[in-house]
Amino acid sequence: MTKTPLPETASQTAGPYVHIGLAPEIAGLQTPLPALGAEIADVDVPGLRITLEGRIFDGGGTPVTDAMIELWQADTDGRFAGADACTPGFRGWGRSATDFETGLWQFQTIKPGRVGDQAPHIALWIVARGINIGLHTRAYFQDESEANASDPVLLSLTPERAATLITQQTSKATYRFDIHLQGPQETVFFDL
Amino acid sequence: MTGYRPRDWTQQPPALAPAYKSTRLRAPSAPLVQMPQASVPLSSPVFGQRDLEPLDHDLLQNHAQEGAPIGERILLFGRVMDQDGRAVPGTLIEIWQANAGGRYRHRNDTYLAPLDPNFGGCGRTLSDAEGGYAFHTLRPGPYPWPNSDNSWRPAHIHVSIMGSGLPQRLITQLYFEGDPLVALCPIVQAIPDKDAIDRLVARLDLEAATPFDCLAYRFDIVLRGRRATVFENKPEGM
Ligand SMILES: [Fe+3]
Repeated sequence: MTKTPLPETASQTAGPYVHIGLAPEIAGLQTPLPALGAEIADVDVPGLRITLEGRIFDGGGTPVTDAMIELWQADTDGRFAGADACTPGFRGWGRSATDFETGLWQFQTIKPGRVGDQAPHIALWIVARGINIGLHTRAYFQDESEANASDPVLLSLTPERAATLITQQTSKATYRFDIHLQGPQETVFFDL
Repeated sequence: MTGYRPRDWTQQPPALAPAYKSTRLRAPSAPLVQMPQASVPLSSPVFGQRDLEPLDHDLLQNHAQEGAPIGERILLFGRVMDQDGRAVPGTLIEIWQANAGGRYRHRNDTYLAPLDPNFGGCGRTLSDAEGGYAFHTLRPGPYPWPNSDNSWRPAHIHVSIMGSGLPQRLITQLYFEGDPLVALCPIVQAIPDKDAIDRLVARLDLEAATPFDCLAYRFDIVLRGRRATVFENKPEGM
């Protein structure tokens, strides 16, 4: 008894004013709603405190300054919020916007643990003017080369393409992840 | 549960839609890479009433300073379901829009239509147990945008739905029945399927209107469905 599935609602671009609805405070806008997604892990949640930051470049090499980016990650034991009994105070979800001038986006979070056979990673979702359907990608950690070497997602890619998903460690607790939407350095984007 | 149904890309706008100029430098050139099913997370953030304020769903009131905003008052309502018609309850729905004159309360919007001191233009709510949701707002105005010398967006409301897993995460825009600008908009027309476009059009529902207060428009949302499990596909006794 197979019923034809209903067609999924079509995506449309979030447009240049996405901040009004989703990231007003981050973007320095006055709107009635306080922003959601600022707290990824409360202060008492165990794990290494890290900063994940970067910029998003278009096909012409220009930083995108009107994007919104969402984060979804496991806790330090590899458990996702909402799925397992994970650490109280750990939401595992965050929202950031690219700075209107510099294009820098940033998350203050904890370093995730391994998830099953997967290396520690942070899932990112990017929307902006000119992006018709949100782009899924992943940030892996430069200092986890052993785990990265056996990660099924990285292994499904050529080494050159997989390299676009590896963060650069710029200080002990800061990881840089630049995203290239188009061109020779293009980041890998996924169909989930 | 073994993940989500594969996305039907015939229902979605392609990344590159040259008539929508901003896609030309922002569309990835390489095809999307299929993520191994076992690596797709099936959980999603959980939101509750504690995340919301009582007036978050009421854009007619949530930024009101000295009275109601100017414009056509509407009830925007509908149901969030998956591809099998099952309700998606408790999911976060966020909307943002221009005011009745087509102006956004955003520092990068310089359109000459004035801001409305009583209108912020954003709202949010959680779907109920049946997937239902409702906002009170006003019908936004069309506005010009720098895609060509004379481009106008049809009246639209931006809608974000969290869904119950990363593959369901969706941002879209809803349009209004009878708007002649819908057929002229390259953002809308990037969607290759006419019926898929038609489903982004909110329908007037006079029955749901509140007499002497506001008109009502219905907009239903369908998110990715779950893949049927092997068990469900096997006939009894096999
Ligand atoms: Fe808009």
